[in-house]
Amino acid sequence: MSLPLVVLIPLLGAPLVAWVSRFGRLHATWMAGVLGVLALGALIPLKPAVFHAETVVQQIPWMPALGLNLAFRLDGLGMLFAILILVIGLLVILYARYYLGEMDCTGRFYAYLLLFMGSMLGIVLAENILLLLMFWEMTSLSSFLLISYWQHRSDARNGARMALSITGLGGLAMLGGFLLLGEMAGSYELSDILRQGDAIRAHPLYTPMLVLVLLGAFTKSAQFPFHFWLPQAMAAPTPVSAYLHSATLVKAGVFLLARLFPVLSGTDQWSHLVMGVGLATLVIGAYFALFKHDLKGLLAYSTISHLGLITLLFGIGTPLAAVAGVFHIINHATFKASLFMAAGIIDHECGTRDMRLINGLARYMPYTATLAIVAALSMAGVPLFNGFLSKEMFFHEALNFSKYTAWDWVLTVSAALAGVLAVAYSLRFIHDVFFNGEPVNLPRTPHEPARWMRVPVEVLVAICLLVGIAPAYTVAPFLYVAVEGTLQTNPPSYSLAIWHGFNPAVVMSAVALAGGALVYFGRRPLFARAARWHGLLDAAAVYKWLLQRALALAGALTRLLDTGSLQRLLAVLIVAALAAGAAGIIPPHLPITGPVPIGVPDLASVLVAVALVLVAFAAALIHQRRLTSLVVLGALGLLVSLVYVKFSAPDLALTQLSVEVVTIVLLLLAMYFLPRRTPVETDPGRRLRHFLIALGAGGGAGILSWAVMTRPHASISKYFLDNSVAEAGGANVVNVILVDFRGFDTLGEITVLALAGLGIFALLKDLRLPAHREDIAGRPFDWDLHPPIMATLVRLLLPLALLVAVFIFLRGHNLPGGGFIAGLVTAVALVTQYLANGVDWTHARMPRNLHPAIGLGLLVALVTGATSMLLGYPFLTSAFTHVHWPFADFELASAIAFDLGVYLVVVGATLLILVHLGLMHGASHLPDAVRPGAASQPVPGADRAPVSASMPKAAAQPASPASTNPILEPTD
Amino acid sequence: MEALLAGIIASLTGCGVYLVLRAYTFPVVLGLTLLSYAVNLFLFATGRLTVGQPAVISASASGYADPLPQALVLTAIVIAFGMTAFVIMLALKARAELGTDHVDGHREDERGQGA
Repeated sequence: MSLPLVVLIPLLGAPLVAWVSRFGRLHATWMAGVLGVLALGALIPLKPAVFHAETVVQQIPWMPALGLNLAFRLDGLGMLFAILILVIGLLVILYARYYLGEMDCTGRFYAYLLLFMGSMLGIVLAENILLLLMFWEMTSLSSFLLISYWQHRSDARNGARMALSITGLGGLAMLGGFLLLGEMAGSYELSDILRQGDAIRAHPLYTPMLVLVLLGAFTKSAQFPFHFWLPQAMAAPTPVSAYLHSATLVKAGVFLLARLFPVLSGTDQWSHLVMGVGLATLVIGAYFALFKHDLKGLLAYSTISHLGLITLLFGIGTPLAAVAGVFHIINHATFKASLFMAAGIIDHECGTRDMRLINGLARYMPYTATLAIVAALSMAGVPLFNGFLSKEMFFHEALNFSKYTAWDWVLTVSAALAGVLAVAYSLRFIHDVFFNGEPVNLPRTPHEPARWMRVPVEVLVAICLLVGIAPAYTVAPFLYVAVEGTLQTNPPSYSLAIWHGFNPAVVMSAVALAGGALVYFGRRPLFARAARWHGLLDAAAVYKWLLQRALALAGALTRLLDTGSLQRLLAVLIVAALAAGAAGIIPPHLPITGPVPIGVPDLASVLVAVALVLVAFAAALIHQRRLTSLVVLGALGLLVSLVYVKFSAPDLALTQLSVEVVTIVLLLLAMYFLPRRTPVETDPGRRLRHFLIALGAGGGAGILSWAVMTRPHASISKYFLDNSVAEAGGANVVNVILVDFRGFDTLGEITVLALAGLGIFALLKDLRLPAHREDIAGRPFDWDLHPPIMATLVRLLLPLALLVAVFIFLRGHNLPGGGFIAGLVTAVALVTQYLANGVDWTHARMPRNLHPAIGLGLLVALVTGATSMLLGYPFLTSAFTHVHWPFADFELASAIAFDLGVYLVVVGATLLILVHLGLMHGASHLPDAVRPGAASQPVPGADRAPVSASMPKAAAQPASPASTNPILEPTD
Repeated sequence: MEALLAGIIASLTGCGVYLVLRAYTFPVVLGLTLLSYAVNLFLFATGRLTVGQPAVISASASGYADPLPQALVLTAIVIAFGMTAFVIMLALKARAELGTDHVDGHREDERGQGA
């Protein structure tokens, strides 16, 4: 299982390198190098199998239910790419050690580099195309990090952003293409897809799929018209450019063309699209390369041109063209990586990359000059260097193809033109930089770089030469298996000899060399013309314009919907939801009424329903009178609980009833700090609009519930009903679901409740609000806060209420009740004490700080769940079936402990909310604490008119300015 | 029976939506409470309506109501209380910070109030 390791070693090693770098710059380099060698070591043992024409597939289960596994495959194509990625990666690691300055963070650099290396290896070794896509996106992200490595430079940030947006868009298109491809093939495994070429090409969705997949490949490989991100990405450190733009990132696109070649190629759409784009890119890239003054700019456009060449070869679609394409991938990777590294050395030594300043460097750095000249000659396609071989094959294929099709002269002429331009810009690179007089005003005097900085260039240039001179003894076996992997059959016969005799391809090579020399030496008028044409064909400007338009559109749309008013935004949101819902009702649609017969209502139900509807409308109509609307809301809650009673949900009725009480107390307490009336909204048009929205929402909800209720019903509840007694030992299935079957959900819910309580505690801290002094009619509130009769009565009620709570709690597992309801009943009982007797009286008799109750509740619930884990069962497995404790009543032992946790959290959170809101009443009156003696003993008398009769307790309590003062300090 | 409940859900939703669209925090909180009633009833209705057959296992029962939506709604009721409490506290905080209980913080609309 060493294949997944090839990918995972760099990916998992990246953070390690970042960590190691704290011990020194060299440590990071060594660590990165060792990881690269390890990955290579994991790859080597698989080599013999590949050379026996086997495809190695190894996988680690990931999400088997979705058919998604970490599946990797290794065939000749994948191996060729993996070796290129790893070997050039190792050379770049060595090179970067000398390139990066003292100020650059090496750990970050190498971590990004390894991340990128691992993602790239993932692309070339993935067996599943969705996995491939994931690695594809990871290369986009990690190359973004690498290009923007010098974060302080705005050109680096912009270049990285452009690369990310273009390749990211392409990735999105590719996702669509891959989904189509996977559905067509019935599998997302490459092994299956590659076998089904004929079926896929005949599929009606072939063309859209092809376009989407090609969009991904073209954006990644910087094909026209998406080529413009690549020159912008030259703001990256040169080792990054050498890596990304020679062997890796941009090669991912052509890799994809090669990978899917047996499936997608061989149709008109394929050849038109791929050839057309490749041809345009080949010529345009070569043209711009000639006129760039920036050394890396020249190399960037040359890269674009060579990628176009490879794309064109795959577009031609013959097996021999595919051989040439794969061969040129290898050759381009070697000479372009060495050229970028040489450019980096020159930049490093001269302090600039402008070819108008850099001249005559052959005298200052003869050794580097020789290396760079060899690589440049290879780029030009001069015999005895590796670039010549694949370019010759390309000319041969172009001429061959022209014999049969209408493209004939276009292809031949363009190929010759690109050849001429390639020779011209290579000559420019050689002549301008290393000869052509003396350097002009260089920031520093150039000299040869450090010994080991040259080594990577030497290695690559040696490969260029060896492959160029003796192809049959060096590259031939790798090329053979790679072509085998590309075509998925035996390769056609081809010859790697340098000299094939005198044929048209040789003539074209000769024309290119001679023409290139002519163009270069007669370049002055061409440069002048190019300067005049500058700005035409500027795809980057189009991109920027599009980007600005998109941003402007987004801004306009946002301003249209969001005018800064939450009220309006909410209306927009509800209308959008209504529109989405209406799509289901607009014909043609399923009938709204389903086939299930409906029940006949009885008189009591009709009465309750009518009352409920009327009260709901009343609440909306009189909402301006806030206190009254609150009373109406209370009535509404009680009526809702009657609905639950009717339809066999006693637990819900009990919960609704007790929640209603605490909700009303809460709102009453809060209302003390809010205006008593809601001002009338002056805009009648808006009220009408809102009325219509509400009408739509209500109608929609009604239709939806009607449609649901009249349709057949298949529930998973049968399992719960069947197993409730047997497995969880409880007859009340609702409670058993809460504390056992779905106990984990309940744990989440009480956690939310606890957090809400704590959040409110934090909100109320230090909150001061002005409060009312008199009632709505202008009468001052009664000073008699805690009338003795009520206080005494409520104290008597407390033990009774608590007893009820205990009763409800204990019977919960078998009869309606349980922790939630018992908790709410307890909270109501205690809050009543606060209201009737005052905070200080109550605090003297029970703990003030409620946080421990909440914490303890969560802890109890968690420990109950974890106990079953300790005993080897899943979290929260009921103890009734599994734990055999020595005492008898063990069916209560675990479920009720969990319910106790629920109980504690509910009591704690509810009381926390209400008591702290109540405490605020006192706090808001701090400056007015004038009445001595009021602290502990309510003073009767002060015969004021009673407060609003409906809620004496709640309304009376806040009017006590001084009575709550003494208890404020400990709680604040 | 089903029509009655659908009507109840419709009027609770309609009134709730109208209230949450108001410009002041208190009616918005009222509207949220109404909406939570409606949502809870709708969730409950997905288990269909059963009369006189609570989901408590006994030998004499002829059938059972669907217990799953009930369990969902039970916690939903309690969480809705937590949410109402949180929202009303936010409203108080907003009033303290902005000096108004208008949802968009419009101070000039504030008039005719006790404090």
